Amino acid sequence: MAAEPAKVDPMHQFTIEPLFGSANWELAGYNIAFTNSALWMAISALVLWVFMLGGMRRQLVPGRWQMAVESFTGFIEDMLAANVGPAGRKYVPYIFTLFMFILFANMLGLLPLGVVGVHAFTFTSHFTVTGVLAVLSFAIVLIVGFARHGLHFFSLFLPHGTPWWMAPIIAPIELISFMVRPFSLGLRLFVAMMAGHVLLEVLSSFVISGGNAGIGYGIFIGIPSLALMVGICALEILVAGIQAYVFALLTSLYINDAENLH
Amino acid sequence: MEPEAAKLLGAGLAAIGCGLASIGVGNVFAKFLEGALRNPGAADAQQGRLFIGFAGAELLGLLAFVVAALLIFQ
Repeated sequence: MAAEPAKVDPMHQFTIEPLFGSANWELAGYNIAFTNSALWMAISALVLWVFMLGGMRRQLVPGRWQMAVESFTGFIEDMLAANVGPAGRKYVPYIFTLFMFILFANMLGLLPLGVVGVHAFTFTSHFTVTGVLAVLSFAIVLIVGFARHGLHFFSLFLPHGTPWWMAPIIAPIELISFMVRPFSLGLRLFVAMMAGHVLLEVLSSFVISGGNAGIGYGIFIGIPSLALMVGICALEILVAGIQAYVFALLTSLYINDAENLH
Repeated sequence: MEPEAAKLLGAGLAAIGCGLASIGVGNVFAKFLEGALRNPGAADAQQGRLFIGFAGAELLGLLAFVVAALLIFQ
């Protein structure tokens, strides 16, 4: 019997599994096992903490590390100042945390640690995680909106200058576009990260299967696939940055709606 | 046609959406570059809007991926 061709399952990398024998931990009937997802969340929080700690020495003439941290904080501060205005300053800590956490998560997930046997897990490729982040942003928008404007916040659904006979059409559309925000926010990040990782895995299966099929296949399929993989990896680094930026940018835009109506 | 085959065909057809979204994303950046080269002074201030347009165009393409994933895995 011929050996089964080795199959690469591109979805296997997203499996969540309990670590350190914590599979049966329970709290009030719910399983709270410490999974690889939780582990990588902790790792990215730790790396982010170290990164910030190294940069917060408050030297008058900043070193390289402090410069790196300050350029990130300055970047977020500029973004909020441009999108929300002076009222946006108090959201800098939240947006900064969100941006850096997502950025570090995306980047850590791309690290080629599989070479040394550690499998990096991109927890932003799970809708549960990005969904919670999106709901967090949406909750802040709702709380700020209702706290600042009270019931006047509902005027968000009727832009200024709408003719009265258009109101019955515009209001439901605006309402839907408002309610769909947390979904689109979470879905974008999750699908972008997941699609990229699946693509890399599929290309790697081309390299492996091509190499196993013979020297000709290896040269004509394996090598081009490998070259494409390197290119896609660069693209993935770009996507990791852009998705973190887009998440932070859209959150700040939604906060702008809550702060200033429109 | 068998339902399973129809599902996979549908998933393949959903990939057309990804291609169409690529046209959209290309359009967003092309138009931005066109405008930015005409008036470089105003370009930096509009980068936020560039990425809003990019996010909108990209999301609709990603939805095609979601449709395909739902068809295959459900």
